[in-house]
Amino acid sequence: MNFAGVNRRDFLAAATAGGAGLVIALTLPACSGPKTGAGAAAAGGELNAWLRIGGDNSITVLVDRSEMGQGVYTALPMLLAEELEIDVATVHIVAAPVGDAYVNKGNGGQITGTSNSVSDAWDRLRMAGAQARTLLIAAAAQEWKVAAADCRADRGSVLGPDGKSLTYGALAAAAATLPLPTDVRLKRAADFRLIGRNVPRLDTPRKVDGSAEFGIDVRLPGMLHAALAQSPVLGGKLTSFDAAAAEKLPGVRKVLSSPSGVIVVADHFWQALQARDALQINWDQGDNAQLDNAAIRKMLDDALQKAPSLAARTDGDPALALRSAHRRIDAVYELPMLAHAAMEPLNCTADVRADGCDLYVGTQVQQLAQAAAATAAGLPPDKVRVFTTLLGGAFGRRLETDFIPAAVEASKALGRPVKLIWTREDDMTHDLYRPPAAIGLSAALDAHRQLTAWDFHATSPSATARFDPTSKDPFDSVLEAAANYFYAVPNVLVRYTRQEVGVDYGYLRSVSHAINCFAIESFMDEVAVAAGKGPLEFRRSLLADKPRHLRVLDEAARQAGWGSVAAGRFQGLALMEGYGTVLAQVAEISVESGAPRVHRITCVVDCGQMVNPKIVESQVEGGIVFGLSAALWGDIALQGGRVQQQNFNSYRVLRINEMPAIEVHLLPSEEPPGGIGEPAVALVAPAVCNAIHAATGTRLRKLPIGAQRLARA
Amino acid sequence: MIKLTVNSRILETDADPHTPLLWVLRDHLGLTGTKFGCGKALCGACTVHIDGAPVRSCSVPLAALDGKSVTTIEGLSPDRSHVLQKAWIEFDVPQCGYCQSGQLMSAAALLRTNPHPSDADIDAAMAGNICRCGTYPRIRAAIHRAAELLAAGPAPA
Repeated sequence: MNFAGVNRRDFLAAATAGGAGLVIALTLPACSGPKTGAGAAAAGGELNAWLRIGGDNSITVLVDRSEMGQGVYTALPMLLAEELEIDVATVHIVAAPVGDAYVNKGNGGQITGTSNSVSDAWDRLRMAGAQARTLLIAAAAQEWKVAAADCRADRGSVLGPDGKSLTYGALAAAAATLPLPTDVRLKRAADFRLIGRNVPRLDTPRKVDGSAEFGIDVRLPGMLHAALAQSPVLGGKLTSFDAAAAEKLPGVRKVLSSPSGVIVVADHFWQALQARDALQINWDQGDNAQLDNAAIRKMLDDALQKAPSLAARTDGDPALALRSAHRRIDAVYELPMLAHAAMEPLNCTADVRADGCDLYVGTQVQQLAQAAAATAAGLPPDKVRVFTTLLGGAFGRRLETDFIPAAVEASKALGRPVKLIWTREDDMTHDLYRPPAAIGLSAALDAHRQLTAWDFHATSPSATARFDPTSKDPFDSVLEAAANYFYAVPNVLVRYTRQEVGVDYGYLRSVSHAINCFAIESFMDEVAVAAGKGPLEFRRSLLADKPRHLRVLDEAARQAGWGSVAAGRFQGLALMEGYGTVLAQVAEISVESGAPRVHRITCVVDCGQMVNPKIVESQVEGGIVFGLSAALWGDIALQGGRVQQQNFNSYRVLRINEMPAIEVHLLPSEEPPGGIGEPAVALVAPAVCNAIHAATGTRLRKLPIGAQRLARA
Repeated sequence: MIKLTVNSRILETDADPHTPLLWVLRDHLGLTGTKFGCGKALCGACTVHIDGAPVRSCSVPLAALDGKSVTTIEGLSPDRSHVLQKAWIEFDVPQCGYCQSGQLMSAAALLRTNPHPSDADIDAAMAGNICRCGTYPRIRAAIHRAAELLAAGPAPA
């Protein structure tokens, strides 16, 4: 494989914008060792935008995706290290600054999302490693006056004829001055020594002794702490406030108004919280003062019944096939709003000075964070340096920048660094929630009980229309799984009606797949019943030309012991393709006193070539836990425009004592690397609901499951 | 001034006695390994040991700690050598890692009183610690592994 070279100027541009010298402040050495990086450049070299080699042989990899638990601080360095011929365990990890080189081509920005960190980096970082290796070999060959072809790279050194050897550290400065190679070959998969292995995560050691630094842990000299009061009614605006009592409290430095609400700055965060409680604030409640879930549900139902829809996919003549059906099946599925509820509450630390602003933040969107801070600081974006910390969970919440401006405004007003933290209640009641949805489905069976038509009609608010108003794709993040309906049906219609309800919504892990697949895979079971077939048999009959899907489905059935469970246990299955990954889940449940108990979830995954199977397995396990929390209990309710769930007592999530057994089976695959952070989330709800139907005959068409009573088994 | 022992060091602080231990540790003493998750003793991210027992530091005021001994994640071992830390590393338990200080402190308190915990014992001891990344299967496996390491005796120096 040949590539055009990585442009070294990409790195320099990035360094100028992001301040390479200070990146090191947040360095995350993978293991104990000298802190190096920018400081080592004097003796070493910057080989490309992702790699610095110090004269002391230290190797620093700049990772341009945010580590939020999904393992990019291990998987991405592995890609580079594979080609560079180094021991990845010795690498120092640094979060990349804002820079053009770091744009995620799949997402069109420096964005960690859509589960594509590995697929986007797969060629790019292997190429960066191979190019650097070629440069180091060339530098050695020049030094020894031998042919590059007579030299090779091995574990951090270049070996030449007659036992000659030079370390990368000794070669880096010279290598960095050589012209970039244009004809660089990548290894064959058969020669991989890292990719595909269970390399220990580089971030684990610091996550077991408390030294891992998340955004909330940032401490700067002279730093003050801030809390933010926001309108309790979503979309409400600040009218006036009285801070007299708050300002008298110990430690309080300043109370200031902001487009975000009222900011209280104090010496310590606890003091800021106490002072916030003492504020008297008047809010203009705005248009949502009467908004509740019933009103939202009615808007969606009306839109589903009456509003025109936009077709994302039309195969054959679905209308005709439905009109002429021997039997027609219709159903409406409903999905609630969900909160992200990452363990680390939102926070941001800003240090605004006259000439620039430093931002320390757990973000999935470095460029957008920079832009938000620049606007708040009144500075040009290139005066804002973004230092990405570890993210204590994100799940899409840290794609947003709504928690950034207030920290910047406070720092600017006080002339000191300020760390602003949202409480759990702030986080829960001011999320950009997963949008609610209503999905109408219709299917036609012919006289032979063959599925001849499939009509999927979703209505919901659009997160993308808010997140990126310039987006030209009306179906973005609302229809991915539905539009990718893969069962062999001659007449298919997939359509969308955008219905806004007055609340801003965001992206939640497994975005449209989780919404679509609940309806698709539940309704597939409904149609199977009408067709007189079992769920497995019915799906198999529609997958004759999909060997990858069929293999995954059959393996899931085999691993789960489909159809051969103990008395009182019932199974449900679900299948999907998304993020370049094909996976199937089988849920095994019982029903006790009208409530389902999930005993076991088996998941079979073909995510293409894997960089680190152990991390893949963790992501699948975690995705299942995330999906099960949402399926059982996830529900954000509005009353008078106020979110009713405040904390983990009212927004229930799965705990260890509520865990089913989870079995993950990863299939060997030659497919291109697929995404793995999100897909497993989407199948839990339909698999469990299908099992509930098997157990009780009750078809649950809305979530969460826990809010509904089930018939006795 | 309130005097307390944190990770075997005697400390005095002039923080407001109402201040929850969590914020004393994080903002006054700079021990940021103990995490803020919910502020209401619902999630376990802030778990520390007070005189050896697991406690949610977000819900204990400083005033209650005069003369007490507090152990945080930073004091679990000086060098990641606690059997749980070893097992956590062996199983690559953490994902985002944010809840793991609290998970480890809850697990350490469990093992201290029950060196051979059953699954039910683990459920009971760890149900107060939420992990949104879903590392529960690995937490369970790692606690069992740590119990094995404990049973095998102290590692040679």
